Amino acid sequence: MEQALFFAAAIGALGGAIGVVAMRNPFFGVLSLIVHLFSLAVLFLLLTSAFVAAAQVVVYAGAVMVLYVFVVAYVGGGTESAWEPIPGQRLLAPLLGVALFIELSIAVLASSLLALGTDGPDVRAGFGDPAAIGNLLLEKFLVPFEAASILLLLAAVGAVVLAGHLREGERS
Amino acid sequence: MNIEWYVVLSSLLFAIGATGILIRRSPVVILLCLELMLNAGNLALVAFSRMVGNQDGQVFAIVVMVVAACEVVVGLGLIVAIFRRRLPLDVDELRELRG
Repeated sequence: MEQALFFAAAIGALGGAIGVVAMRNPFFGVLSLIVHLFSLAVLFLLLTSAFVAAAQVVVYAGAVMVLYVFVVAYVGGGTESAWEPIPGQRLLAPLLGVALFIELSIAVLASSLLALGTDGPDVRAGFGDPAAIGNLLLEKFLVPFEAASILLLLAAVGAVVLAGHLREGERS
Repeated sequence: MNIEWYVVLSSLLFAIGATGILIRRSPVVILLCLELMLNAGNLALVAFSRMVGNQDGQVFAIVVMVVAACEVVVGLGLIVAIFRRRLPLDVDELRELRG
């Protein structure tokens, strides 16, 4: 059962990722990223991290993707030019991607982490649920938590400044 | 399932995201591919947190999510600003900063 779920979610995540890279229309790219994010939420649930999975669905698939859909609808799809500043870029890039994957796999599989080949230790029932994560965020990780809130505030102000109305005299 | 499977899947997703950034021209799609890479990192963090049996990695993954949300907001704001100034939405044509 767990294996079937893992492979279904892994195929969903991979298919979504390939869709993002391969789709000509950015709108369909956003839609395949939503598939990818839901599959990742299933994988997080399989790793007994319920709160991260819920945050993934609410924050990413809910809020961030709506922002993407609005911006893609605003700026339109557009076509990408076939002009290549580096000759053969479209052929070289996938080769570099394959090389990166092989390198990462060697780094992971040849590492001396013996626990990699196991299912991980048995954890108690409350592992990764909202109460446990909330306790950690408000006690052990209080400073990063507050820093994250300041970062979000700065990003919101920055977005308003960047995308706000053009003032008089500015080139339109 | 062995933790290995999750980590190899995460490195595969990271490689796909990196390939997308190298291939695509549209800034919106490049931001989407950045999301792919950040999410691959999140999957590895959560998998390692399960491997160790410690929840600190999950808090790290949530902080990565916050950073990704900020990056998306600022990036999309930049894209809207580029679009409103009638500049081409193509990272190869927006190369005035290059020396």
